[in-house]
Amino acid sequence: MYRYDAFDQRLVDERVAQFRDQTRRYLAGELTEDEFRPLRLQNGLYIQKFAPMLRVAIPYGLLSSRQLRMLAHIGRKYDKGYGHFTTRQNIQFNWPQLAEVPDILADLASVEMHAIQTSGNCVRNITSDHFAGAAGDEIVDPRPYNELIRQWSTFHPEFAYLPRKFKIAITGATTDRAAILVHDIGLQAVRSDDGDVGFRVIVGGGLGRTPIIGHVIREFLPRAEILNYLDAILRVYNRFGRRDNMYKARIKILVKEQTPAVFAQHVEAEWEHLKGGPATVPDEEVARLAAHFTPPPYETLDGDDTGFRSAVADNRAFSNWVKRNVFPHKKPGYAIVTLSLKKTGVPPGDATSDQMDTVADLADAYSFGELTVSHEQNLIFTDVRQSQLLALWSELKDLGLATPNIGLLTDIVCCPGGDFCSLANAKSIPIAEAIQRRFDDLDYLHDLGDIDLNISGCMNACGHHHVGHIGILGVDKNGSEWYQVTIGGTQGERAAIGKVIGPSFAAHEMPDIVARLLDAYVAHRHEDERFVDTVRRLGIDPFKERVYAAAH
Amino acid sequence: MPQLIKSGAVIQDRWTLLREPAAALPSSPVIVPLATWLASRAELAACADVGVWLAPTDDPALLAADVAALPVIAVDFPRVADGRGYSIARLLRERYAYQGELRAVGDVARDQLYFLHQAGFDAFVLRDGKDAQDALASLRDFTDGYQATARRTPWFRRSGVVMPAAASES
Repeated sequence: MYRYDAFDQRLVDERVAQFRDQTRRYLAGELTEDEFRPLRLQNGLYIQKFAPMLRVAIPYGLLSSRQLRMLAHIGRKYDKGYGHFTTRQNIQFNWPQLAEVPDILADLASVEMHAIQTSGNCVRNITSDHFAGAAGDEIVDPRPYNELIRQWSTFHPEFAYLPRKFKIAITGATTDRAAILVHDIGLQAVRSDDGDVGFRVIVGGGLGRTPIIGHVIREFLPRAEILNYLDAILRVYNRFGRRDNMYKARIKILVKEQTPAVFAQHVEAEWEHLKGGPATVPDEEVARLAAHFTPPPYETLDGDDTGFRSAVADNRAFSNWVKRNVFPHKKPGYAIVTLSLKKTGVPPGDATSDQMDTVADLADAYSFGELTVSHEQNLIFTDVRQSQLLALWSELKDLGLATPNIGLLTDIVCCPGGDFCSLANAKSIPIAEAIQRRFDDLDYLHDLGDIDLNISGCMNACGHHHVGHIGILGVDKNGSEWYQVTIGGTQGERAAIGKVIGPSFAAHEMPDIVARLLDAYVAHRHEDERFVDTVRRLGIDPFKERVYAAAH
Repeated sequence: MPQLIKSGAVIQDRWTLLREPAAALPSSPVIVPLATWLASRAELAACADVGVWLAPTDDPALLAADVAALPVIAVDFPRVADGRGYSIARLLRERYAYQGELRAVGDVARDQLYFLHQAGFDAFVLRDGKDAQDALASLRDFTDGYQATARRTPWFRRSGVVMPAAASES
């Protein structure tokens, strides 16, 4: 992974000093609340219902075991012994004291981490494919470009006060695991016929109040031009994006109002001025960054491990876990493992400090000391030998991180919701838990197969409900909490926004509503057809009828 | 006289900022709105000590022909959160090669100074009630940065990663 040099370290250290002074001035009354707000937001510090919430950046989700141990330490020392992994591959601490935040940042800086631009109207943490470097369908390893763009976005002087927040996602694989179609900018690293690396550039996607699928504005951008082109897009947005209404300030609204074709013309015109300029990326810089992401010392193995194959055949519980939580690796004899943070009764994405410490030890023992946070709020070991899967599974079971539910109904993506977040209209964690409790029969879950169930506590859509096969959105009706249901949403290269099935429901009805949706699916599905494919084939009517016939 | 941060020091500001277009100009030195400048360009250009200020919605390209003649261009920040002025500054410096004083006015506070300076501003009028002397330190919040700005090339062009052209040819 990328390691800081003296230049990177100084920048982060100077940020700690800057924020320490800003916090001091605020606590001394030299800065008003209004003056301090944009400063703390640029550093991931929200004032929540009960305490400040600090969001720490995990660039493109990649962590070393040493960094994870520091997150465990921070959870223990400054919080209540846990952290919450987010849908932007970051981690949030829900209970720190404002006066202690500079010390937390100093601790983070000691392991090459920070909270820079984790909120505010600026370029946020760059997100990427959680299988990067290990996936068999990878055309280009995105990580050197993730880091290049992380550096470009960090303290970019021109773009610290954009009309609204700005999210960039990057993938280098044919399967889109980074949701690039629902980001302000999505970049897909590709190769030209000549083998040159470049990017397909997608702009104006997003969730939130106005969900929109992004538009391709350039099919192939040579990699040397990537920063010039990003500067061009951001400059057009910074100058012409709406600032009169925060709900219409995202770039997707500008792209929609101008039309993607006209917006693209403006970007290309701006790029003409910047092309070949100082920000053109030299091959040497790409090579320097790529050297940080060389493959770990894999052993040369012949195909599948026989011991692993027989363990799968003999042990049903292990086999269930392998079926759902283990993914193919580009190297023979290796596997990608997902640690489920979706155990029933634990808020989705939460991990205790003790769990984090043990996961760090396991990463050292089984996966070259690194792990990745996925935007589905799970943890990934990308490089595990098949012959060690049984031993790893056994340790993960003891830790409560081996729930065999990845991609299943109970692998719920969920924001913190009304239990913590001051933006929320409704709670989301108790809804997730009620659904997990209702559907605790593993055989039934496996029979249902792949179902993405996403829950957001408000229109800001941190739980990505629009792209859940089943999406649940908390809404406020006359001061009480209700839940609107969408179906048919999809992430990935066939991204689609879910359709609302009808009037919303009370919290206690939600497990029944999900059960009726599933009944309709089981009644109508073709063999080997996923829930979302049945919705696509039949539309929402059969589902709607089943849900509301029983409800009213 | 109000204070001005200029070239890293606090000095007295001798310029008057004319916020609204007016039929009769106050005596110079004066910074007039872009609309006033465009309406009476020939007349104003003949006066010494006339500058122009731009609102966030103004197009800096309209001053492209005037950059050599103008001693001061100001850019207004109606709110800290309105970041359009940063792009305007870079365009004036990098695209239109403006060399004169570029000042940030309006809702300008010390915690914005570093980024404003990198965007190309070299003069700052802090909003009312803010001590300019205290604010000087914030110009040095960071020693350096990654990106190309009005003040520097990207770090990867200075870090030794890229061989100088002469060396790579040999």
